[in-house]
Amino acid sequence: MNSVALEVRDLVKTFSLDGATINAVDGVSFQVKSGEFVALVGPSGSGKTTMLSILAALLTPSSGQVLIDGQDLAQMNEKQRVKLRREKIGFTFQSNNLIPYLTARENVEFMLRLNNKRDRAGRVRSDELLARLGLAERLHSLPAQMSGGQQQRVAIARALIHNPAVVLADEPTASLDTERAFQVVETFAHLIHENDRAGIMVTHDLRMCQFVDRVLQMQDGKLVRIYESKQEIMELAQGTLKH
Amino acid sequence: MRSFFLATYLAIKEVMRNKGRFFLVALVIALITVLVLFIAALGEGLSNANRQYVANLDAQLVVFLEKSDYSINSSRLETNTVKSIRRVEGVEDAGPIHTSNSQIVSLAEPLKVSILGVEAERPGMPPLLEGRYFRGGEARETVMDGSVAERTDLKIGDEIEIRSTQGTKDEFYTLKIVGLVDEQAYSFQPTLFLPAATWELVRPQSESDLNSDTPNPNIIAVKLSDPARVEEVRLRLQNEVANIEVADIETTINNIPGYTAQQGTVQTQGVFTLLIGILVIGGFFQIQILQKVPQIGVLKAIGSSNAVVGLSAVIQIIIVTGIGVGIGSGLNYLFSLVLPAAIPLAFNGAWSLAAILLLLFIGPLGGMVSIIYAVRIEPLKALRLG
Repeated sequence: MNSVALEVRDLVKTFSLDGATINAVDGVSFQVKSGEFVALVGPSGSGKTTMLSILAALLTPSSGQVLIDGQDLAQMNEKQRVKLRREKIGFTFQSNNLIPYLTARENVEFMLRLNNKRDRAGRVRSDELLARLGLAERLHSLPAQMSGGQQQRVAIARALIHNPAVVLADEPTASLDTERAFQVVETFAHLIHENDRAGIMVTHDLRMCQFVDRVLQMQDGKLVRIYESKQEIMELAQGTLKH
Repeated sequence: MRSFFLATYLAIKEVMRNKGRFFLVALVIALITVLVLFIAALGEGLSNANRQYVANLDAQLVVFLEKSDYSINSSRLETNTVKSIRRVEGVEDAGPIHTSNSQIVSLAEPLKVSILGVEAERPGMPPLLEGRYFRGGEARETVMDGSVAERTDLKIGDEIEIRSTQGTKDEFYTLKIVGLVDEQAYSFQPTLFLPAATWELVRPQSESDLNSDTPNPNIIAVKLSDPARVEEVRLRLQNEVANIEVADIETTINNIPGYTAQQGTVQTQGVFTLLIGILVIGGFFQIQILQKVPQIGVLKAIGSSNAVVGLSAVIQIIIVTGIGVGIGSGLNYLFSLVLPAAIPLAFNGAWSLAAILLLLFIGPLGGMVSIIYAVRIEPLKALRLG
């Protein structure tokens, strides 16, 4: 494990709904180091997607701090946030992940274009990454010509190609069958570790936790438990954990 | 600059990978372009057919009978008025113009024509394209509008027969074609130019007119020594010559019966066609942006700026509009080659260019709402929160 890539300090996000104030995220603090893959779990409405949106610099917190690679999101204007998302963050989403009119290769290389890094080395790395994800034959396929699993793997390649500090995954297995889901998360975890990135995956499927290093459990906007031992995590993933 | 290249890349990729969809919209824009250019050409053609002779007069002022409201048909001047006008300082020359209608009956199909009585080599008589001017007096000679020669097999040296109703009888007169002039349509009809005395003889006349053989000009075309002094000479003419009113060429054209109303109608049609174009393009791109909300959300979430997203939409609209206008202009050009001369269409380069530029402008204008919408899409739309 290396330096801290992501740090969350006493984060709060409140929403007003019909006159009532809802604490979607309520005083959450944690750190994620480079080379660490963390799962953010919890029931619907527990605040994990709100948390992910704040970490992605897409939503402004009501209070607290988020530091990515040492940079405080609260101190940034919108232009700086866009730059941060482009340079320091990699994304995979639940669905609508890829740009439909770009091929697998073009989708991945688009991140390089955005970062002005689409040189020969970048293009070679892009093809190598896609090949490692089993997509060597799919470089010229459009998203509509690929399965859900293949699309998610292209999204993973896109999330990693520009060497971001943090990789965020929002329910990456939601639209996949079990076998594909395991394959995708396993590959994802492997690449996070290999590339020494900090990875955070929001998932409601506890079985996927077997591939992560730590599990952060949220409930009602609060971080209620952190699973750190491999045994606890495996028991959580297998549904055999005793509370 | 990087935003521009990224936006161009995205725009071109999307258009190329969705050729069918974008081509259909380009085709709609092409049809709108054809319609707009067609209406512009029709407006110009009708306008030409109505005003061509007056617009091409080698004169700066036109003299009418007082209180005729600058209406050529209502104006009937004394024969000696032209001499009085020639004596006014600042007038280089003046020529009487007598207007009427007749019909060439010696053709396979009778052809309606305007017959204009003028004096050779005076204002009112256009320059010759070929041949010679008619002789004076009652010479049975005519200089013919070139467009008649184009439509028929008539040429210099041929004789034509015209029919005029005089009193209660149809009278037939034979005229020899001695010269041709460039397109000189007047009152939607090609023109025959005749000596004034011949005109008086052959023109349709009522029973009472038959008792007189003095040709009264409808108007007098006045050429000035210094064309820059139009207003000054106009006032001088009105002060020094009795029973006249004087107008410049533009006023004369605008008072040709039906001219202003006709142009207003055609221009309104053109404006409405452009408005329809704006709505069609705007509607298409708005629907497209609505379909792409999650995709635009993803683009923004991964770090594309508003400039990239907005510019991409603008470039796409410009590409599609450009293709549509290009196809439409090409189709229009082909139309201009095959349409018969009888249809009053005039494809004026300047007007067509203005219409094309306007059409290219309405694309981004129509897509403005969708562009603003695209820029305002929150990247959160990429996540389930959106």
